[in-house]
Parts: sequence; structure tokens; C-alpha cells
Amino acid sequence: MLFAIFAILTVAGAVAAMSLRNLVHSVLVLTVAFAGLAAVYLQLGAQFIGFAQILVYVGAVAILIVFAILLTREATATPRSILADSWKESALVVLVVFGVLAWAIHKSAASRNIVPPQPEATMQQIGSALMLRFALPLEIIGVLLTVALIGAVTIAMQDRQETR
Amino acid sequence: MTSVASCLLLSALLFAIGLAGALMRRNAILVLIGIELMLNAANLNFIAFWRYGPNPEALTGMMFVIFSIGVAAAEAAVGLALIISLYRHAKTINIDEVNSMRG
Repeated sequence: MLFAIFAILTVAGAVAAMSLRNLVHSVLVLTVAFAGLAAVYLQLGAQFIGFAQILVYVGAVAILIVFAILLTREATATPRSILADSWKESALVVLVVFGVLAWAIHKSAASRNIVPPQPEATMQQIGSALMLRFALPLEIIGVLLTVALIGAVTIAMQDRQETR
Repeated sequence: MTSVASCLLLSALLFAIGLAGALMRRNAILVLIGIELMLNAANLNFIAFWRYGPNPEALTGMMFVIFSIGVAAAEAAVGLALIISLYRHAKTINIDEVNSMRG
């Protein structure tokens, strides 16, 4: 029951985020969708992922998107439609993708199996898995984040340097 | 009723909504938000299969989600920097108007 409430909250937030005309409103409801997803993670027993989701998405990514929206606010009047020119073909693609996914889920053996007991995932287990078995991917993610942040700053600053 | 099928259905719905936003909206920032939603849908699948699949004590699904969140954060930073750069260059973030490379 709780799962249904969080699922409806998440889907409603996502739909509103994708359909609102005002971009700032759209980011606000997007945080609702991310928070609902975090609640779903908590309910599935993944506490660490749920809190990481709140920290990263509700905290950081939403703020980042708000900054980008405020920096790229268009001076001209709003365009006549919020939809792209090829929206009809896109809607068809979306419907086909969702239809295939829903059909596959309905047909698969996964929808008929029994519910196993709640698995354990303590912070200690996650920490030792990150430090021992997944140490190399962790290092690579660190390098990737550093490179991406330096690259993002370089891309965003390029124009200003050229004009000087 | 919480089962793997309902989680997968929620994830498929989120993916479809994200795909709709990425394909149908005019604004480049909304396209990026749609991509974020699709990544979140994939993360939900990993968590669902970690919870209901065999060998949850190996924590592989959870680890994949942690790394996926890291990559998504990097992607968001670079994508928004590209949008800001595009706005400085073309003075618009309407993806229908950014067509100077059309053949």
C-alpha cells in the first residue's frame, strides 16, 4: 500500500515535471519525483541508496538545474508551443517503447515468483564491499568525477576567455 | 502489493515519461531532465533485482546504483555546462532553433 502511494507520487511528479510550462516549477515537482523514488528505495530496504538519492538528486542536481535555468533565461517571449516540432513521431516512439516494456514485464517469469525475505545491507557491508571488491571502480569514478567537473568548468568558461 | 513486477512497471513508466520529455520538449534543459529520469528508472530496476533476485548479500545491484548515481552526477554537470555554452553561442536553448549543422 505504501509502495503504491510513493509510486503514484513519483509518477505524478515526473509527469508534471515533463509537462509544466514554467521551468522553475518543473524542477520543483521534479524534486518531488526524486524524493518519491528515494522513499521507494527506502521501502525496498536500500537505505544507503535512498539517502544518497536525496543528497545527490534532491540536493545537488536540482540546484544545478535551477542555476542553469536562471543563467539561460530567454529574453524573448515564450515560444508558441512547449513541444518540439516532431512531437507526434516522438509520442509514437514513447508509446511503442512503453508497450514493449509493459508486455515484457507481464510475460516474464519475474512477475510470478514469491517474495524473498528482506536482504541485509548494513553500512559496514557496503563500506567493505566498496573498499575491497569494488575498489578499482570506486577509484575510476573518482577520476571520472574530477575530469567531468574540470571539463564542465572549462566548457562553461570558454566564451568569456575568448572575448578578452 | 510490493513485488518485482510492480517495481519494474513503475520503472518502465518513469522511463517512458523521461523518454517523452527528452523527445517531445523544445527546451534543452527539459531534455536533460528527461535523461535524468531515465537514468533513475534504470537505477530502480537495479534495486528491484537486488531486493528480489538471488544472492542479495553480494550487493552487486546496490554497487551498480552507487556508481550509476556518480556517473549521472558527472553527466548532469557536463550537460548543463554544454547548455550554458550553447546559450552563450546561439542565444537560445530551443533545440528546434539550433540547427546550424543540418545537412
